Amino acid sequence: MPRYFLHRTLTTIPTLAVISLVVFLILALAPGDPMGEFANNPAISEAVRENIRRVLGLDQPIHIRYVKWAWAFLHGDMGYSFTSRSPVMDLIGQRLPTTLSIVGTAYLISAAFAVPLGIMSALKRYSLWDQGITTLAFIGISLPPFFTGLLLIIVFSVQLDWLPFIYDSTLRVTDWESLIGQLKQSIMPITVLVLFQMAVLMRYVRASVMEELPQNYVRTAHAKGLPDGAVVWRHVVRNALIPVVTLVALDIPSVFTGALITEQVFRVPGIGALLIDSIIRNDTPVIMAITFIYAILVVCFNLIADLLYAILDPRVQLS
Amino acid sequence: MPSSIPVSNLVDEAPETHPSDVVEVPWINIWQRFKRDPMAIMGAITLLTIIVGIVVGPWFYTVPPNVIDFSQSGQPPTWSHPFGTNDLGQDQLARILIGGRVSLAVGLAAMMVAIGLGTGVGAIAGFYGGWLDGVLMRLTDLFLSLPQLPLLLLILYLFDEPVRAIAGPEMGTFALVTAVIGGFNWMPVARLVRANFLSLRGRRFVLAARSMGAGSFRLVWSHLLPNALAPVIVAATLSVGTAIITESTLSFLGLGFPPDSPTWGRMLYDAQNYLEVAPYMAFFPGLAIFLTVLSINYLGDGLRDALDPKTQRSQTG
Repeated sequence: MPRYFLHRTLTTIPTLAVISLVVFLILALAPGDPMGEFANNPAISEAVRENIRRVLGLDQPIHIRYVKWAWAFLHGDMGYSFTSRSPVMDLIGQRLPTTLSIVGTAYLISAAFAVPLGIMSALKRYSLWDQGITTLAFIGISLPPFFTGLLLIIVFSVQLDWLPFIYDSTLRVTDWESLIGQLKQSIMPITVLVLFQMAVLMRYVRASVMEELPQNYVRTAHAKGLPDGAVVWRHVVRNALIPVVTLVALDIPSVFTGALITEQVFRVPGIGALLIDSIIRNDTPVIMAITFIYAILVVCFNLIADLLYAILDPRVQLS
Repeated sequence: MPSSIPVSNLVDEAPETHPSDVVEVPWINIWQRFKRDPMAIMGAITLLTIIVGIVVGPWFYTVPPNVIDFSQSGQPPTWSHPFGTNDLGQDQLARILIGGRVSLAVGLAAMMVAIGLGTGVGAIAGFYGGWLDGVLMRLTDLFLSLPQLPLLLLILYLFDEPVRAIAGPEMGTFALVTAVIGGFNWMPVARLVRANFLSLRGRRFVLAARSMGAGSFRLVWSHLLPNALAPVIVAATLSVGTAIITESTLSFLGLGFPPDSPTWGRMLYDAQNYLEVAPYMAFFPGLAIFLTVLSINYLGDGLRDALDPKTQRSQTG
């Protein structure tokens, strides 16, 4: 097992290297001048611009630029933002915890709802209950997160005036009142993510439990007189959740996609909102760093899911 | 098994020995199974209505979508403007009909890109196997672990203007958006096609065709691909929905089509600043996206059940 863990962990390195190369090449091969920002500035002459190019290393061949960039990135040096002049590392450092806490909370809540609902749906399949849940799941995966977000704002902020629709990033939780405020402003962004992820998860759990139910070991468990609850929870669910882990791993990019949109709708100060802002302001260093940070997050969570799978399923080939 | 077993199964092996393998089903049976699923029928009807409305609608509903009239700005739904008007006083229904053409066209074109790429990669990997398979599958895994939306945004941000300069503002964006959405959605199709090819490759009808001197192209084109068609059809249907959502997302973030071409996502982008005074501005375009994607999903699900006899068996017994 430790050997598998080590092997699996090490294989993320080439993956990340290739992804970083892809991101770098997209940026390097894109038409347009990274100095375009300065081209319109009358205070910067042609000669000065040439100097900046040389200082930034833009006159060097592409492979050398990549190695230099990657080397600097590994040391936490992601360059400076064009617009705010502060290190990209600091900007991302301020934003990343918000994104991770929103994504994490939403995922825990959706799993807490989706697993029991999915199991019940599979156990009572084709009942009214199952049809209701399946329909809700279909609606959940068909509702784009930005529309759900706008609908929630219309209902709960505009019509009912219960919840604030702009996330106040300056709010610090110091006392009871600010905690309530923090909870109130987190409800809608998290709900949007939960609705979508819950629908996806629920379908996986339902399908997976339905695959397990006709198996012989389930019949054996029933035959030896185990009560239904024990058969389901101790035998079926434990086996059924194993493939769900793999499916969840495949879905991780879409989780971050949903988070990005949600941050933009509610103005939550996470890295997704920062990415959109940077794109609007042509802030290339920040755009590049955030895209790569997203790649790292996806690869890391994929790794976690795979390791979890190996722990859960003893049948995994540990070669 | 149904009594009308297709010929290709008879010359092959007894179907009972390979229950999980690809089983060819006569089209008439597929229709009979499909029509037993009320939600799939509903989805098909809704989708058809939306498509007809979008294609034919602008000929009958002749209110111009682009005329700016500030005296009419932000009107709630009335008889003269069934879906209300936006902040510029443009008729929302006319814009939804025109925008729907863009959204659906992007969805269909991106689906074709994804299916083409996916089938190509999956077919080569599954047919040739060996190192080529290894390389292509690593590539597929790599694409699956890319952060899709950030990369889409990055590519659009960098390449939008140059492509527009070459192909014109509308066509340029259209080509770029479909290419990138399709280019990030082919992986599931590649996996499906490869898995099917691997299981079909050793079957006797393929060996028979090979022994009769069929070349690689003929084997793939007229023997393997038709037998791997069912899951591809399902994936194609569902990927239209994914592509529509992705395009709307890009437009909603303000990075898709130019403001004067009213896609559904763009209309939501415009509406988000007027939620307090004109919530109906957001409601109808959102509803259009939701209904289209929902009916596509139901249709795809119904097709999956109809094309795959395995699910049917577990349903009846």
